[in-house]
Amino acid sequence: MTKVLTRHFDEPKLHELETYRRLGGYKGLEKALSMPRKDVIEEVKKSNLRGLGGAGFPTGGKWETVPPEEKSPGPRYVVVNCDESEPGCFKDRVLVTRAPHQVIEGALIVAHAIDAHDAFIFVRGEYQDQHDIFAKAIAEAEAAGFLKHCSMKLMRGAGAYISGLDTALLETMEGKKAWPRQPPPFPTVFGLMGRPTVVNNVETVSMLPHIMVNGGEWFAKLGVPKSGGTVVFSISGHIEKPGVYEFPMGVKLREVLAAAGGIKGGKKLKCVIPGGTSMPPLLEKDLDIAMDFDSVRAAGTFLGAGGMIVLDETVDAVEVAHNIERFLTHESCGQCTPCREGSAWTERILERVLEGKGTAEDLPNLTRVGENITGKVICALGETVGVVTRAYMTKFPEDFKKRVPNNG
Amino acid sequence: MGKIVKYKLNGREVEAEEGRLVIDAAKDVGVEIAHYCYHPGLGNPGNCRMCVVEVAGVPKPLPSCRMPVKEGLDVRTDTEMVKRAQAGVLELHLVNHPLDCPVCDQAGECGLQDYYMKIGQYQSQVREDKEHKGKRIEAGPHVMLDQERCILCTRCTRFVDNVTKTHELGIFSRGHDGKLGLAPGKVLDNAYSGNVVDICPVGALTDRDFRYKVRVWYLDHTDSVCPGCARGCNISVHTNTRRPWHNDGKRVARLKPRFSEVNGHWMCDDGRYGFASLDADRLGKVLRLHPERVELPWADMAEELAGRLEGASVVASGMLSNEDWAAFKALFVDTLKIRDLYFSAEPDQIGVEDKLLRRSEKVPNLKGAEALGLRSGSFDQLAKDIEGGKVSCLYIIERDLSKVWGEARAKALLAKVPCVILQGPNKGVLGDLVHYRLPATAYVEEEGCFTNFEGKVQPYKKALEPIGSSRPDWEIFQLLGKAVGAARVKKGVAA
Repeated sequence: MTKVLTRHFDEPKLHELETYRRLGGYKGLEKALSMPRKDVIEEVKKSNLRGLGGAGFPTGGKWETVPPEEKSPGPRYVVVNCDESEPGCFKDRVLVTRAPHQVIEGALIVAHAIDAHDAFIFVRGEYQDQHDIFAKAIAEAEAAGFLKHCSMKLMRGAGAYISGLDTALLETMEGKKAWPRQPPPFPTVFGLMGRPTVVNNVETVSMLPHIMVNGGEWFAKLGVPKSGGTVVFSISGHIEKPGVYEFPMGVKLREVLAAAGGIKGGKKLKCVIPGGTSMPPLLEKDLDIAMDFDSVRAAGTFLGAGGMIVLDETVDAVEVAHNIERFLTHESCGQCTPCREGSAWTERILERVLEGKGTAEDLPNLTRVGENITGKVICALGETVGVVTRAYMTKFPEDFKKRVPNNG
Repeated sequence: MGKIVKYKLNGREVEAEEGRLVIDAAKDVGVEIAHYCYHPGLGNPGNCRMCVVEVAGVPKPLPSCRMPVKEGLDVRTDTEMVKRAQAGVLELHLVNHPLDCPVCDQAGECGLQDYYMKIGQYQSQVREDKEHKGKRIEAGPHVMLDQERCILCTRCTRFVDNVTKTHELGIFSRGHDGKLGLAPGKVLDNAYSGNVVDICPVGALTDRDFRYKVRVWYLDHTDSVCPGCARGCNISVHTNTRRPWHNDGKRVARLKPRFSEVNGHWMCDDGRYGFASLDADRLGKVLRLHPERVELPWADMAEELAGRLEGASVVASGMLSNEDWAAFKALFVDTLKIRDLYFSAEPDQIGVEDKLLRRSEKVPNLKGAEALGLRSGSFDQLAKDIEGGKVSCLYIIERDLSKVWGEARAKALLAKVPCVILQGPNKGVLGDLVHYRLPATAYVEEEGCFTNFEGKVQPYKKALEPIGSSRPDWEIFQLLGKAVGAARVKKGVAA
């Protein structure tokens, strides 16, 4: 099985600069610095690397939208998004703990590609250890002279899930409330302090040193057309061996589950949430779909940030939907009305249904409210608020029907 | 003006400036798009999601407040998709709204009510209890906050952040718990606080001066100009005459700013709440007070005064309209050849100036006098002349000399003048010490023009009937002019 990011994860001291360099670390940066910026972007475009923070936007394509110096004179910034908050996602935590230099090296490659001289790593507030690991690694990189052309600073979140969304993250960094901005303009044009900014996920930037060293074509070939390289899944739930697993893009869901030891206790599978709680679930019949951005999308859900949650047959879909909606209600930033009001309303209807006080009108009403949210909100969190309950209602109608009198 | 481009609105080809927001461009051609958070003076965060339109080829409705007009754009505001989206979002706005319209002061001019009637009209599906938040929070001296009615559109927070830059208000807590509140240790007491009531599309921020006085549908609106300073903010005078027993019997219920290039969308609190004198302390009778109090018809009064005006000293103020100043000049300068005119802004009419709207000159129309070439003498000199017994007649027009000289000194000085005439809408503290009182209309009871500090001539309209026998200043000057002419003919002096 091809591994890119996690290949040396068995090395006990990979987090130290010395070990990282011995295993080829910072060679990618060296190579990138020897190339014109344009060629670096070209190489990354060739690699078909896509944003692994959840959106799946082509990375090279994103960088290209940064306006050239003559059109937008002044500073431009790189922000590494380490605000991993999606329930079920913990791969960034492992990537940072084991290989912080891989992230730093990647960020410096982004900086070179877009001609930025300041990079920031935004670490989730709860990730105290990872913050400290980064701090140590940055100090090592600085001492070794890697930060001559680009400074690197750490910033910490204050605990809002929505800060993980690029524009909300930028607002947080500016000291404001984590309210997503309504694009356009996108951050690559109007980002941190109004300057062009590339926000890339930890996993995405970690890929860059390897693309630089081995070439874009090599990386592209690891995956499937349009989604190059590998993907790191955080697997949890009713599974024998939960943990962080790296697979080539396009791996079959069945293989992923098998690698993680299969369903816990030999029970039957109910569903798999593929990308983190906010995504609609996949069923037993979907086990042979390829796990890459486009194939998962075609199956009606999202690869997201690879936070895979496995649920067995004992699980009640109403409880799952309620659990997720409760989370989304708690984390909705409250800026736009459909998400703010719709999430809370959906949660309360589900709560009433769970208490056995549901009525026949509740199910069509849940569908209607969901429809009134999706497509009418500012950011991705809002979109999912309206999608989640409807997805579980469509996929597990019996679970819902048996909760309301007259079978809804 | 940018490039003019053609685009399609509801199938009709229309023109607009390239880059103009669709919500504004549509309004220009008479198509109103529902919205809460967008305000032309406060930007377009796009959080209320009401102003959605359908764009050809786009599968989901898009907010028109975030959409610039470009050549060939094809938008519709009237499709099923748009109607469903707006009704759905409105329903979400109302999920936790208390629906306390019968006791809400905003009723009748509320965005939630208006859009419910226009695009809502659905049966409520809400079976859950409403969320409860703070009620009757005194946000500041002029503004009351009800957090439950707030739809978190952020207009008011953007106003205090970007317009006044005083940052008193904020949205606190996250998501569904979010509520509008005061920043710790702050009170909403900036000089423009009343504007947040105007921009609040619902009943969350109401006017402590106005609330519960009169229902808004009983009010009549008249275009006017604020006389509070030399800026000349365009305002709308809201009067209550259909229910005279409401509003504590007062005719003027409130003043609202009216958009113009002079004041944008705003007005200051000094102007907004400075109308108490329009309904109190008013003069209504034409009176001779000495030796005894006698009410006279205007014609008799004019005849009696005609002989006393020669050589008078005249005090006036920038409260006079351009029409008043013209008649003033004809009477006092052209006919009576009087040179002792005093109307400059003294400390009584000089106040705070700021970078937003307020001008230090607290009268609306000294420019009007300047334009006619009138020059004001010094009030110090006038006081000296009175002390020296040189003033036989003092004619005071729309000015309170107790505020120029101080009450005690003004009273002492007036006592030295054999004939004092007071003309104006208000009696003031010196009103009983004069010999004649001529009631003049307040600016809301007449029409005219003020010339603001930039030289812009702005008309104001008549909102109310004059009180008692009061007449506009210019009419009184004309009347006196005729009487002076007649008296001169009688005396055989050439006019």
